[in-house]
Amino acid sequence: MGAHNPLTPPTSPSFWRSPLRGPRLTALLGMVLLAGITLLFVTGLLSYAAYNPNLAGGVNDKTPGKGLLGFYLFSWPTDPHWLYRLTQGVHVTLGIALVPILLAKLWSVIPKLFTLPPARSPGHALERVSLLLLVGGALFEFVTGILNIQLEYLFPGSFYPLHFYGAWVFIGAFAAHVVLRVPRTVRALREREDPGAAADETGLVAARPDPPTVTRRGALGLVGAGSLLLFVATAGQSIGGRWRGTALLAPHGGRDPGSGPNGFQINKTAAYVGIRSQDTGDDWRLTVEGGGRRVRLSRAELLRLPQHEAALPIACVEGWSTDDQRWSGVRLRDLAALVGLGERPPDLLVESLQLHGAFRRAALRDNQVRDPRSLLALRVGGVDLSADHGYPARIIVPAAPGVLNTKWVSRLTFGEW
Amino acid sequence: MRAAWRDRVARARRALRVHRWYGEGPLHLLLMLASFALTGYAGVRLLAGGQWPLVIVWFVGAALLHDLVLLPLYALADRAVAGYTAGTGRHRAWTAYVRVPAALSGLLLLVWFPLIAGSVGSGAAAHYEAATGLPGGVFLGRWLLITAGLFAVSALWLLGRTVQQRPPGAARRRRETKQRPAAGD
Repeated sequence: MGAHNPLTPPTSPSFWRSPLRGPRLTALLGMVLLAGITLLFVTGLLSYAAYNPNLAGGVNDKTPGKGLLGFYLFSWPTDPHWLYRLTQGVHVTLGIALVPILLAKLWSVIPKLFTLPPARSPGHALERVSLLLLVGGALFEFVTGILNIQLEYLFPGSFYPLHFYGAWVFIGAFAAHVVLRVPRTVRALREREDPGAAADETGLVAARPDPPTVTRRGALGLVGAGSLLLFVATAGQSIGGRWRGTALLAPHGGRDPGSGPNGFQINKTAAYVGIRSQDTGDDWRLTVEGGGRRVRLSRAELLRLPQHEAALPIACVEGWSTDDQRWSGVRLRDLAALVGLGERPPDLLVESLQLHGAFRRAALRDNQVRDPRSLLALRVGGVDLSADHGYPARIIVPAAPGVLNTKWVSRLTFGEW
Repeated sequence: MRAAWRDRVARARRALRVHRWYGEGPLHLLLMLASFALTGYAGVRLLAGGQWPLVIVWFVGAALLHDLVLLPLYALADRAVAGYTAGTGRHRAWTAYVRVPAALSGLLLLVWFPLIAGSVGSGAAAHYEAATGLPGGVFLGRWLLITAGLFAVSALWLLGRTVQQRPPGAARRRRETKQRPAAGD
C-alpha cells in the first residue's frame, strides 16, 4: 500500500501499489477459505450437537433461545470413542491454521473497502452491508474462539451464545458472498494471467504497480508457511503423545502437568472451581436417585460394586485432548440398576461438588448412560483419581465433550429431574 | 438438445439482467434478502444478552480494527523493511530474509498474544496456572526462542546464498560479501 505522493488518498486507485493483488490471488485464497471455513462451520455445528443441548430440562443448553438454529440436532453417538477428539481438534487446529489465509485474503481485497462512490446502486449498497457482516463476522468468530482457548474471557457475554449465534450471522453473509463470487473466482482460476488494470472489472489489479519485492508464488509460500507454523505449534495438543511437545505455544501443549497415571492434562483444577478437601474426604457420599428411590454410597461401597475398565480420552471444546486413559469404576447402567432402572436406563443428571463452572450440573442422554464404557470412574491408570481429576469420583463417557465428564460427582439423578 | 440448453442459458441471463433501479439482477436481490433474513434471525439472538451494545462494538470493531489499524500497520512496517533492505548496485535485495521470519514471528504473536503477553504480568499467568496446573510464564520465552530460531535459519540461508554466489578469485568483492549478513543484524 502507500503511494509515492503522500497526498494520494486510499480512495484513489493509484494509492494501491502492490503488483501482487489481482483476481487470481484473491480467487486462490478464497477457494482455500471456502473449503476451510465450511469445515469449521460443520465441525462447530457438530460440537454444538455433542453437548446435547436439547436434552430434557435444557441443563446443557447455553442457548435456550436458539429456535430453528437447532434444527439439525441429533443424539450424539458414543462411537467411535475418539469422535469428539477428532471433530473438535480439527475445529480448533484448523481455525488457528486458517488465520494467515484469512489475513491474506482480507489484504488482497483491501482496496475495495475504499472504493468510491460508497454505493453505486441500492444493490451495491446491500452487498456492502453484507460484506461488513462477512468481515466483521469472520473476525468476531476467530477472535472469540482464539481468546476462549487461551482462557481469556474478555468478550461481552458467555462464549457459547456469542460464538454460536455469531457463526450463524457470519454464515448468512458467507453463503451470499460465495454464490455471488463463485463465477468470477472460477474464471480467475482458469485464466493464466490477471487482466491489465484497465480491463480489470474487479478493481484489484493495481493501476500503477510498484516493482515487485516478492513473486506471487513467494507471497503464497509465506502465507502457507505461516499456516504450517501455526499448525505445528498447535496440533500437538490434540494429537497427544510425543507430539504434545511440539505444540509449544498451544495452551495445553509443551508438556503434561505432572507425571504418573494422573499426570495428564487438566481442564480446571480442584482449587480453581472451589473444591475443598473436607468435602471429598471420608464423609463424602454419592447420592443416586431415580424411579422414586434413593441410595447413598460411600467411596468404599462404590469400590465393592463390580468394577469395569474403559480406555477413553478427555477431549475439550478448547480443542486439546488427552490420549486414552485407562479408567476404572462402576458402570452408569449398574448405578441405574441400584434404583431399579437397570433394564432401560433413562437420561441422567450429574451434579458436582464444584462451586463454579457452567457445567457443574450436566445431563447425559440415555444412549450415553447405556454404553458399557460409560463409568463413574474411581481410579485411573491403576491408581486413585487425583484431586484435580475428580477424586472421589468422576464421570467418563465415550466421545462426549470434556465438560460432560463431570468431576467431583455428588449426585446422580436418573430419569425425571 | 443443444438449442434447449442455449435457450435455458439465455433465460438465466435475462433473469440476471441488471435492473435499472436496483443496479443488480433480481437473483441478487433475492440472495441478499435471504442472507439478511438469516442474519437477522441469528442477530437478534446474538444481541439478546444484556451486553448487546458491546457485542455490536466487538462485531464492527473487529472489522474496523483490522482494516484501519492492523493492516496499515503491518503494511507500513513491511514497506519500511522493503525500503531498508532493497538491492543496490553492490548487492541484491535481502528483503525476504527479514520479511519472512518477521512475518512468521508476528503471526505467532498475534494468535497467541494472550498467553505470550500474559507471561509477563502475574495476573494472567496465575489465572492460567490455577486453571490448568501448567506453568503460565513459559510462553514469552518460547515465542522468543522460536523467533530467534526463525531469524537464525534466515541468516544461515542468506549466508549460504552469499557464499554460493561469490565469484571465484575476487578477493576484494569477497570481503564485501562477508559484510553483508552483518548489515542485517
